[in-house]
Amino acid sequence: MSVAFNELRQKADTEWQGLTAGDKPWIRVGLGTSGEAAGAEEAYDALKEALGTEANVSFVGSMGLCYAEPLIDVQIPGGSRVFYNNLGADEAPGVIAAHLKSGRADPDKALAWDGTERPEGLGAIPRLTELPTVEVQTRLATKLAGDIDPREMGQYIANGGYSALDKALGDMDPASVLDEVKNSGLRGRGGAAFPTGVKWGFLAPNPAPVKYVLCNCEEGDPGAFNDKGILESCPHTLLEGLILAGYATNSSNGVIFIRQGHTLPIENSRKAVQDAYAAGLLGQNILGSDFSYDVEVALTGDSYVAGEETALMEAIEGKRSQPRYRPPFPAAAGLWGKPSNINNVKTLSYAPTIIRDGADAFKSVGIESTSGTAILCITGAVNRPGMYEVPMGSLTIREAVENVAGGIRDGKLMKMFQAGGPLFGPIGEEGFDSPIDFDSIAKTTGSLGSGGIIVGDEDVCAVNLVRNLMSFNQFESCGKCFPCRLGMTHMVETLERISQNEGREDDLELMERMGASMRMGSLCGHGQLGYNPVASALKYFEDDFNSHMHDKKCPTGACGEGQMVTPTRTRP
Amino acid sequence: MSDGQTIASDESPSSDELRERSRKALQAQQQPTVTVLSSLIAVQDELHYIPDEAIEETATHMKSTINDVWSVASFYTNFRFTPPGDHTIDVCWGPSCHLGGAQNVMLRVHSELGVDEEGETADGKLTLRYSTCLGACALAPVIAVDHHMKGRQTPDSAAAVVNGLKGA
Repeated sequence: MSVAFNELRQKADTEWQGLTAGDKPWIRVGLGTSGEAAGAEEAYDALKEALGTEANVSFVGSMGLCYAEPLIDVQIPGGSRVFYNNLGADEAPGVIAAHLKSGRADPDKALAWDGTERPEGLGAIPRLTELPTVEVQTRLATKLAGDIDPREMGQYIANGGYSALDKALGDMDPASVLDEVKNSGLRGRGGAAFPTGVKWGFLAPNPAPVKYVLCNCEEGDPGAFNDKGILESCPHTLLEGLILAGYATNSSNGVIFIRQGHTLPIENSRKAVQDAYAAGLLGQNILGSDFSYDVEVALTGDSYVAGEETALMEAIEGKRSQPRYRPPFPAAAGLWGKPSNINNVKTLSYAPTIIRDGADAFKSVGIESTSGTAILCITGAVNRPGMYEVPMGSLTIREAVENVAGGIRDGKLMKMFQAGGPLFGPIGEEGFDSPIDFDSIAKTTGSLGSGGIIVGDEDVCAVNLVRNLMSFNQFESCGKCFPCRLGMTHMVETLERISQNEGREDDLELMERMGASMRMGSLCGHGQLGYNPVASALKYFEDDFNSHMHDKKCPTGACGEGQMVTPTRTRP
Repeated sequence: MSDGQTIASDESPSSDELRERSRKALQAQQQPTVTVLSSLIAVQDELHYIPDEAIEETATHMKSTINDVWSVASFYTNFRFTPPGDHTIDVCWGPSCHLGGAQNVMLRVHSELGVDEEGETADGKLTLRYSTCLGACALAPVIAVDHHMKGRQTPDSAAAVVNGLKGA
């Protein structure tokens, strides 16, 4: 351990001791975007007011148990944690104050407990790790989510944070860090699943003095919130990963790229970068080594295509986020014409655990073709929507929906899932037993993508859902390539027609032909994959189309009659 | 775009004031890399819209042209060019929210506001925006009031939120 890091660690340990085993109870309120939407901020304010100086009340990130939000946990000094679920501002002060006063937990409101000793009064309430939503998880990138205040760097350090960076700078040269990532088998988690070590290997040997590692947190995929989840709950995991990537690729600069409007991720990353500079974890001669690295946070305006790697560089340069021609590839000439690497938030967030615990430990999680975990965001018609980090290939879609997400709401049947973002369509029963890993899901015509899985029940009409997905794609076409710009618009019009039972005989063939033109005539995946949702819906739910086309009625009634479907918009 | 109507009412800041506030916002940018896009975001954070004066000031500040600044400003859908109402309501129609019943939430918000599309209410006090994804998909359907998320909505709960704003 370097002298500089040892100092940081000791200070952090003392502070952590004070919080977990000091003289006051510690109350942690989960505040990610989902917590905010559930009313966690109001609950926090109410607790602060009711408890005053009696307890330390902190915001932490979301544990991913979104169905339980607002999720609040209480730790009596030196004792176990008790997690209360769905505790809004109206109930929180009463329940928590009674717990603190009596020392007994309230079993009616508690979800779980965690620690060494079962807290008094909890009855049959399970341990956190026994919950069906938690027992399947192996948390690598989201390990500290919900445990620490994302804005306090010391809490990250006290829990093992930055020890991978200290180890890399002290004991490993850049080539061995790169080798470790290569050996770990890590594949990019943005959707393309390209081997990360190979990608870094394109950049590492380039002798240019200025080289960039760019971290993509545009995260515009509806149904996916795991990038935001990491930045909301533990931004230093990403930052440590980014610095490690910079070291392994002999780069000079890092950029964290976030969509404006992702308020918590932006605030947390800015604070993380600022604190890292102040502690000597960024800037000149990091931790006393001869490695120097600079990181800044850059924002994009609202544009889905800004998440495409070359469009992303255009946005950082302050221009319209439209894709560039390739070659030159980013590793040769990327941001500001300098050699660049682009990685997803999740991908970079695995780097600390790979370097700290070694490639073999990482490979022991997941399957041969894809090591590590999948950070799933399960939403839609399920009982327990949330963000769950599970080993790659450890669950099928059906198992994830039934066992983890608690099955379909109101006892209904599962009809479809839609995964991988809006450029992939709904998948039916035949795909439900597919294991959740990149290669297996790809065989269903879907994609694991960045981990969002949206579940539809028996009341969903495939035409209706695809109409919604294509509206998104139409609105978000950047307009650079006309097959995408016009094709998306025609496709939405055609689907609109079909959904209103006015489809024409040749509509399906027409869409297929447009799809072929878009595939051939578009620069980036947005246009190239544009026909995917329709193709997938036709493959699995042809009956839904037939009902609209021939029987002139919606098979489930979801499409309504004559009322607004999803709004259509054209980019101004 | 340049019809001056955005500064018609008594409460609206003068053209000089808009210019001055734009300039301050442009100069206050802290990050090492300042671009046309970062400048526009900074100005909109300050003024809540991008008036013509801000386009001109951004062009000057960035040594760019009015044309080029417009090209960026008109591309990103978060930028708006007229003042918003006192409160903004975002209604998400992303697929998770869609499956959760966002359409009925949207229709109800329409009827409470007396509008049938995005934009301002007749009195200009409230702004409705459609969102492709607000990012709280697990709590679908989601709306946001002045960028504060509210999840697990029903048509009734959304109506209550909207009506609360009418009096505010």
